[in-house]
Amino acid sequence: MPSRDGPAVVEVADLVKRYPRSDTNAVDGLSFTVAPGEIFGLFGPNGAGKSTTVGILTTRLRATGGRALVGGVDVGRDPAAARAQLAVVPQHNNLDRALTPRQNLVYHATYHGLSRREAESRAGELLERFGLTERADRRIEAYSGGMAQRLMIARALTHDPMVLFLDEPTNALDPQTRLLIWGQIRQLRERGVAIVLTTHAMNEAARTVDRVGIVDQGRLLTLDTPDNLVRGLAGDALLDLTLTPSPADDPEALCAALGELDGVRKAERLASPAVPAGLRPGAGLPGGAGGGAALAALAARAGGGARPGGGGLAALAGAGLLGRGGAAGRNGGGPAGRGRLRVRLHLATDPAALLGAAVTVLTARSAALNAIDIGEPSLEDVFIELTGREPR
Amino acid sequence: MTAVDTPTPLRPAVTPRARPGAGRVFAAVLRRDLMVTGRELWVILVQVGLTPLFMLFVFDTILGGQGIVGRNFADLFLPGIIALAALTTALQSVALPLVKEFGFTMEIEDRLMAPLPTSLVAIGKLVIATVRGLLAALLIYPLGALVVGSAPWRPAGLPMAFVVALLGAWIGGAIGMSLATTLPVQRINVTFSVILTPIIWTGCIHYPWPRLSLPWYQVVTALNPMTYVSEGVRGALLPEVPHIPAWVCLSVLTGVAVALTWLSVRCFSRRAVQ
Repeated sequence: MPSRDGPAVVEVADLVKRYPRSDTNAVDGLSFTVAPGEIFGLFGPNGAGKSTTVGILTTRLRATGGRALVGGVDVGRDPAAARAQLAVVPQHNNLDRALTPRQNLVYHATYHGLSRREAESRAGELLERFGLTERADRRIEAYSGGMAQRLMIARALTHDPMVLFLDEPTNALDPQTRLLIWGQIRQLRERGVAIVLTTHAMNEAARTVDRVGIVDQGRLLTLDTPDNLVRGLAGDALLDLTLTPSPADDPEALCAALGELDGVRKAERLASPAVPAGLRPGAGLPGGAGGGAALAALAARAGGGARPGGGGLAALAGAGLLGRGGAAGRNGGGPAGRGRLRVRLHLATDPAALLGAAVTVLTARSAALNAIDIGEPSLEDVFIELTGREPR
Repeated sequence: MTAVDTPTPLRPAVTPRARPGAGRVFAAVLRRDLMVTGRELWVILVQVGLTPLFMLFVFDTILGGQGIVGRNFADLFLPGIIALAALTTALQSVALPLVKEFGFTMEIEDRLMAPLPTSLVAIGKLVIATVRGLLAALLIYPLGALVVGSAPWRPAGLPMAFVVALLGAWIGGAIGMSLATTLPVQRINVTFSVILTPIIWTGCIHYPWPRLSLPWYQVVTALNPMTYVSEGVRGALLPEVPHIPAWVCLSVLTGVAVALTWLSVRCFSRRAVQ
């Protein structure tokens, strides 16, 4: 269900696309809707079917089956009318190099039926809004990547589309341009424009998108708000433990034992770090807190009100749990990662509350704790969880 | 279907915005190309002018001066050169930009995304190619006359010459568009040589078709649409030289134009929408 009221401006039902000479469907029964003023993120690994889906919705590809409506128009039956409802900002620079930046906007507007005068005033307005007025009459070739992207978004808005498709809108852009673009995207939402965006910068997008559909192998794996997805699939918090199991212990069994603790939703083994985790604070935890500081705070709480950064760690060290070098997470020492195990616990509770129980399990099995990292799960964790770790 | 994928009932959709009239959008797309063409006029001049003008110069002024070629050869040759300019300029001026626009820059996307049937975007390209071909023909006429010092002049034949050149330019544009939208970029150059060279040399530019004495060569040249353009223009400007009758030229050229329009628009659309 779209999160906003009103009839959907994008409706996709059982959409299928099979390319000629292919054995599998690039899009395999996709269904979703997007409401006016909604920002919809379509995420997926490379080759998952996102671009194909957007290609169909923007009339550049013909669907093999199913139905897709944009702005109330069936894109397969009346592509020309559908194009009057939508605009596309592709990932590559497809600006018209035979024209100046201003002419790009003016001509685009006239392609969409605006009179010359309307087109010129609209172009002036948008150049101003995107900070391009001063360089509006130069050659396109002189434009930087960021300026070209701004101009492409401005061009897409000249005909006031109901739905805007953005493909990797902030890819390879400097922070200033990214801020400007996200700001513009939010403004468009206020005006009721629906936005469908694909990106791999999910954590950045998570702050802005209203709903996310994760696609893989042409199918929709999940569809919800970013918050619900993160809570539902990845848990409230993540606790990464780097351990050295006792030689007699089975790593799988140890991992399973940690997974059975109260408050742990799931325990998974991660690849052993090539570099001790502690040397890369916060490593492996997108958006997570820095390892050292987090550990100190955590240890303080776990230590039952001891001095911050003091008693808890000391207690752990005293119990012989911490690996060589003392302070966990600071210095793994010795041959990097040999015999070590990294376990990620997805928690439904506060990590501090769980640490004591985890330590008890480790003590009982004579395992050494080398590093601790806590973090908040992100959309990217959900994504990895759903689509796997293997590159495509 | 996946477990989390909830079936989406299709709800009453929003009311679509009316799309602007196709004529208006078509005019806007054409206007862009016309503006670019206007700016590139000197490019067209160089593109089309050099080879034919050199040909004229060598065949007439040089070889004529040496007595190798008859003095009246230039009169026979100039109509062929006009026909050649019309067809090949149109061919090149649509093919080369299209290869670029559909290839690495994808500049054409903005026009493909206009609320206009894709086939009309293709027709727009043919119109512009034809305009450029005709411009080239119009320019080469006086320039050629300047080079050789004379030109056949028969006002009564000009309308026929214009119509034939127009059809020739349209056909050239359609050939260029078909090639540019179907061939892989890396093969464009070689294909151009393979296609353009026979079009030029079997197109009766330098010789009247009825006087060809080799029967097999008459058949080969009769298969080349360029022949009917050359013969049509020559017949209109020099009726006393033996030529293929005008009605044959017009019928063949119209038929070829219709067939190639269909083919090239189809190639363009398949390239644009997959």
